[in-house]
Amino acid sequence: MTRSVIELRPDASDIRVARFATAAIVLSLAEAAIPLPLPGVKPGLGNIVVLIVLWRWGWRDAAWVALLRVFAASLLLGQFLAPGFFLGLSGALASLCALGAAMHLPRRWFGPVTASLLAAFAHIGAQLVVARLWLVPHDGVFALAPIFALAALVFGLINGLVAARMLAELEACGAPS
Amino acid sequence: MRLAARDWLALIRPGDYLVLLLAAVLVGLLGRHFWRGGEADRAEIRAAGKLFATVPLSAPQVITVPGPLGLTKIEVDIGRARVASDPGPRQYCVRQGWLSTAGAVAICAPNEVTLALLARQPAYDSLGY
Repeated sequence: MTRSVIELRPDASDIRVARFATAAIVLSLAEAAIPLPLPGVKPGLGNIVVLIVLWRWGWRDAAWVALLRVFAASLLLGQFLAPGFFLGLSGALASLCALGAAMHLPRRWFGPVTASLLAAFAHIGAQLVVARLWLVPHDGVFALAPIFALAALVFGLINGLVAARMLAELEACGAPS
Repeated sequence: MRLAARDWLALIRPGDYLVLLLAAVLVGLLGRHFWRGGEADRAEIRAAGKLFATVPLSAPQVITVPGPLGLTKIEVDIGRARVASDPGPRQYCVRQGWLSTAGAVAICAPNEVTLALLARQPAYDSLGY
C-alpha cells in the first residue's frame, strides 16, 4: 500500500485571504446583532475589509474574501441556503463586478469612496432584482428601492471613508503590500 | 486617534464627489418614481351613477353638475379637488374639503353626485387577507 500524502502549502496570498476573510466574517457576525428596521438594510461593515483588500492586493483576493465571508457568515448564523443567503450572495457577486470596474478608474480622481458607493448600489440592485424574480414576484418590492438606495448612499459613503482612512494609515506605517 | 471633519474630507477625491452627487440624484429619482402612487392626477365626476366628466388636476376650473335637487359645484385645483357647494341638506361632501390623494371620494348622496380622485395606477382602497 502506497502512502499518499497530499500536502497543501499555503502561500502568502492564501494566508492573507484567510486573515482578511476572518476579519470580514467577524464584522458580519457583529453586524447581525444590530437591530435594524428593515430586512436588507445593513451597514455592510465586512465590505470595508473587501475594499482594503481590493485596493492593496487586487480583485482576485477581494473576491475570495467577499465570497468566503458570505458562505462562512451564513453558516455561522444558520442562514446557509436560506433566502437571505442567496440575497447576500447575489449582492456580493454584483458588488464584486462593480468593484472590478471601479478599480480601473484613475486613482488620482476616484478613491475608495467611489468604489464603496458603486459596490453598495450594485449590492442593493442585485438584491432587489433577485427578490423581485424569486421571493416577492410583484412590483411592490420596488417600493422599497428608495429606502435601500438611501441606505446604500449613507453606508457606502461611511464604509468608503473608513476604508480610505485605514488604507492611509496602512500606507503611513509602511505595511508591506 | 480622533480625526477632525477636515481630515475625513481630505479622504474624498474629486471624482468621489461626482459619484456621490450622482448617487444622491439616483436616490431622489427612485423616490420620485416609486413613491408617486398616492398622488392623484385626475378627478372623475359622476351624476346619478353615470360618468359626467373626467378632468385632469392640472389647471383650476369649476364644474357645475346638475342633479335632482339642483346644481353641485365642483372646484378643481392643481393636484386637488373639492365639492364647493351642493344643494343637499347635510353638506357632508362639502365639509370633506379638499381631496388630494388617489382613491379619495366625496359623495353628495341627495343630489346623486360623486367626486373621485384617480391616479395613473389605480390605488387600492382596501385590502383583504
